[in-house]
Amino acid sequence: MSSNSISPSAVVEKPKVGEEVDGKLDSTQNKSEEGSLSTQPLTPLEKLQSKIKKMMAPNAVASGEYFGTPGAGDSRLIGVFSTLFFIALWAFVTEAGLIKPMFLPSPFEVVARLVDITVDGFAGATLIEHLNASLIRIFGAFFLACIIGIPLGLTIGCNRVFRGIFDPLIEFYRPLPPLAYLPLVIIWLGIDESSKITLIFLAMLSPIVLSARSGVTSVRIEQIQVAYSMGATPWQVITQVIARGAMPDIMTGMRIAIGFGWTTLVAAEMVAAERGIGFMVLNASEFLVTDVVIAGIIVIGVIAYCFDLFMRYLEAKLIPWKGYN
Amino acid sequence: MNTLKVCDVSVVYPGSEGGEAVTALSDVNLEIKQGDLVVALGASGCGKTTLLNLIAGFITPTKGYLTLGNSKVTGYPRVLCGKDIGDEIVGPDADRGVVFQKHALLPWLNVIENTEFGLKLQGIDKQTRRDRAAEYLKLVGLEDFHQHKVYQLSGGMQQRVGIARALTNDPKMLLLDEPLGALDALTRESLQELLLDVWRETNKMMFFITHSVDEALLLATRLVVMSPRPGRITHQFDLNFNDQFLACRDARQVKSSPEFIAIREKVLAIIHGDEQAVA
Repeated sequence: MSSNSISPSAVVEKPKVGEEVDGKLDSTQNKSEEGSLSTQPLTPLEKLQSKIKKMMAPNAVASGEYFGTPGAGDSRLIGVFSTLFFIALWAFVTEAGLIKPMFLPSPFEVVARLVDITVDGFAGATLIEHLNASLIRIFGAFFLACIIGIPLGLTIGCNRVFRGIFDPLIEFYRPLPPLAYLPLVIIWLGIDESSKITLIFLAMLSPIVLSARSGVTSVRIEQIQVAYSMGATPWQVITQVIARGAMPDIMTGMRIAIGFGWTTLVAAEMVAAERGIGFMVLNASEFLVTDVVIAGIIVIGVIAYCFDLFMRYLEAKLIPWKGYN
Repeated sequence: MNTLKVCDVSVVYPGSEGGEAVTALSDVNLEIKQGDLVVALGASGCGKTTLLNLIAGFITPTKGYLTLGNSKVTGYPRVLCGKDIGDEIVGPDADRGVVFQKHALLPWLNVIENTEFGLKLQGIDKQTRRDRAAEYLKLVGLEDFHQHKVYQLSGGMQQRVGIARALTNDPKMLLLDEPLGALDALTRESLQELLLDVWRETNKMMFFITHSVDEALLLATRLVVMSPRPGRITHQFDLNFNDQFLACRDARQVKSSPEFIAIREKVLAIIHGDEQAVA
């Protein structure tokens, strides 16, 4: 086995016919004829194993890269091709009539419908109006979650009393699905915007608080001690060392939070919404207008992806030192 | 303010669950006066860093006490809950600058911003602190690296920024935990000379930890040899090789003198004895 895994492809490509007769060499015998290749043909399972091993092995090191970095190299071009491939596959199976349009309409129909709902609207509002309503909810909630969550997380991380007060609360509500407390939020706040924003806000708050809190612990103690030894007050240490050092974790938390926000948006727009991209999708699904459902999903996906790209850009700008600490 | 006394200090680290408590320091007595350059030397695990942490005010002794002038040194901040609790208790402050074994630079600041960080904390105006920082960066040979990001520098350069930062802050006492360990031989010698120059010029108290016997003998006015398990001070030597060095500026000449070699043998014998006793 050991010699098999050293150069499996060579084994597959050039089997030595003469030796194949006495085929069943066990592994000890293989070792004894070190240097000469094993002649035993590989089973399909072994071929698969060797393929996988090859795939995961380090690539040749390009200039400016380090040997052994997992997954090194640029995958963007492959990403473009795989996207195009899946769209083409989608077009093929739908245009060829393999799937009924009610289950999966063709991409051309979806694009046409997208234009249609942008111009003429669907369920009483155009796509832009739906989108506008949803974006205000999501980013309003995101803004609130950041300005409350980041200081709260930092305080929890820095202060025993605050940790004692807020930790059980946050840990309790964090795993609850927003749908579970949606009725309660509606009972308390009614069915207008405030309950929707509150629901999304709550879903976003916990990842931001937790990330800010874990960011505090990721600041190296030496950095804090050196600051004190240069005359820093505790407040200066928090604002100029801890809050800055926690930035990478906070940014990660913000990215996770915005993802939670999109998930919760549809739940928030289930009740008494007249506008909103989530409402639009729900409404379309009730009337089995599948192309609107898919158009809505694509719009949500593209916007979420663009925002994540923006956050990654911000990370590269604001915390270029991430990972070097 | 000008004498630091360590009186019968023991430090016991509580063991983690189920583990035994570790005595890091046992009944240590030490006095550092104005103008002393005390060097601590010893095998790993002998409590050198613990002693430095005590002096810096990062930890509080389990037994015994430390005084600085008339104040007691403990691991409490001087300003507690917004009110100044006075001179009786001194936690870490700007009087005692620290250089760690591994630099503790702030990666979101560039080289010059890191160097002036202490002065900025104290609210000194930008021009003054830039000038002072630039002066010390020049002394450590980094005048061309002001705008560099610290994580793009080599380990030795980062360490030099750490030293420049401590010096820029102009503390009364400088605590250095193996500051030159990561540097190449040439840079190491030039920084030894720099530290001695600064020390001679400013008459600061310095407490210096090192693994290198040569470095210890060359720098120290007093050499403290420590032994592990439990960490304690076993020998102290009063030395003046740094005077000789500052007079002739030739480290090799000082290090090849018979007195230097004799005392080096003595110290090496002590340390080897410790290591064998532990092994």
